[in-house]
Amino acid sequence: MSLTPVHLQFIAIGGLWTIGLSAIAFIGGSIIGFALALARISPSPLVRRLAAGYIQIVQGTPLLVTLFLFYFGLAVIGLDRLPAIVAAGFGLVVYSSAFLAEIWRGCLESVPKTQWEAAECLALTRWQRMTRVILPQAMRIATAPTVGFLVQIVKNTSLASVVGFVELAQAGKLVNNTIFEPFTVFIVVAAFYFVICYPLSAWSRSLERKLNVGRR
Amino acid sequence: MSAVVSLSNVHKSFGAVQVLRGVSFEVGPGEVVAVIGASGSGKSTALRCINALETVDSGEITVCGHKVHDPALDRRALRRDVGIVFQSYNLFPHLTVAQNIMLAPTCVKDMGKAEARKLAESVLARVGLSEKADNYPEQLSGGQQQRVAIARSLAMQPKLMLFDEVTSALDPQLTGEVLRVMEDLARGGMSMILVTHEMAFARKVASKVIFMHQGKVWETGPGAMLDDPQTQELREFLHNGL
Repeated sequence: MSLTPVHLQFIAIGGLWTIGLSAIAFIGGSIIGFALALARISPSPLVRRLAAGYIQIVQGTPLLVTLFLFYFGLAVIGLDRLPAIVAAGFGLVVYSSAFLAEIWRGCLESVPKTQWEAAECLALTRWQRMTRVILPQAMRIATAPTVGFLVQIVKNTSLASVVGFVELAQAGKLVNNTIFEPFTVFIVVAAFYFVICYPLSAWSRSLERKLNVGRR
Repeated sequence: MSAVVSLSNVHKSFGAVQVLRGVSFEVGPGEVVAVIGASGSGKSTALRCINALETVDSGEITVCGHKVHDPALDRRALRRDVGIVFQSYNLFPHLTVAQNIMLAPTCVKDMGKAEARKLAESVLARVGLSEKADNYPEQLSGGQQQRVAIARSLAMQPKLMLFDEVTSALDPQLTGEVLRVMEDLARGGMSMILVTHEMAFARKVASKVIFMHQGKVWETGPGAMLDDPQTQELREFLHNGL
């Protein structure tokens, strides 16, 4: 038995779920991650330490384990029979928030201290300093590593298969279980991943070029 | 009229290093005070204390009526009255020259865009850079960037201007154009404190010269004091520096 259009369609639908799950992980992770990045450079030591603690715990846990924790943990607190995408979504949001927070903290801190000082001496509030002076500069620096991490997220959604979520990798596995042509099937799966990830890296490069106009 | 700036017995340490050891001086309205001294003499730190960029350990600093040594100081109110220009310009690289200047008036004084733009053009004219309004800082020479930095401060209509070694990063040619702008300001009656290594400029423009040594005001006098130093330390400093 060989690969049929039906199989391809099944894998393609898995690919769509991969994109959907990546979007959930990235959007949710961005919102929490941005707040965490700001918390990491907060003037309050307590806020800084809380954010650092969260990030260390998440970064020190394999994503696979995080996914299991959410899948079984949510059941323990009475939220059982949740669809796999919810557990996978939660796990990936937590995972990406911790990494995005550290990437962005680095970008925020790479803007020279003297820029903060100059803005402060012009009587800008801390919020104005952040939004008008620091963030625009940090965002330029952040583009490439952020999109680079987005590619990591896309690839790491394949781990969601362990909680029974049928995304691209899991779809490939299921197809292979019926036709037993692992090499062909996983070449196709790999091609799908490439098709999703390549435009992201190309986009990152073009953004970098565009944002560098008027400034090197 | 009372002093614009007054420092009284100001002490400041960084860890075990005592940088300021009882600094006192006053700056009257319209006065131009040049602070000179070797590196490590505490002159830049004194300037940064005046603008609350550093907090003092003890002593009192009053600037335009603001009690700077007071922990309850309203820093933003202080910064509206005091402009500062740094050695490294510190322009905002993502904004054009005009946007650099318009940022504070629009953010802090709620000025409209059009009015702020007019203001930017007028302060740029004062520093002789009208044609550079829509350039980015990196497209300008060091001297031009520093003049933009001065214009950016002027746009907030400060009552006092601080200059922290503003020409130290510039070659002699570019130094001249920045000093001319500062001289114009001085003639216009702006109260100014400048930390500088430009002795000729200090002698010519300053109404008072303060020589700092080992965290103290060592010798003070009019610009002519540089021709007739009273202390051994100032003599040595001038001899080594020139």
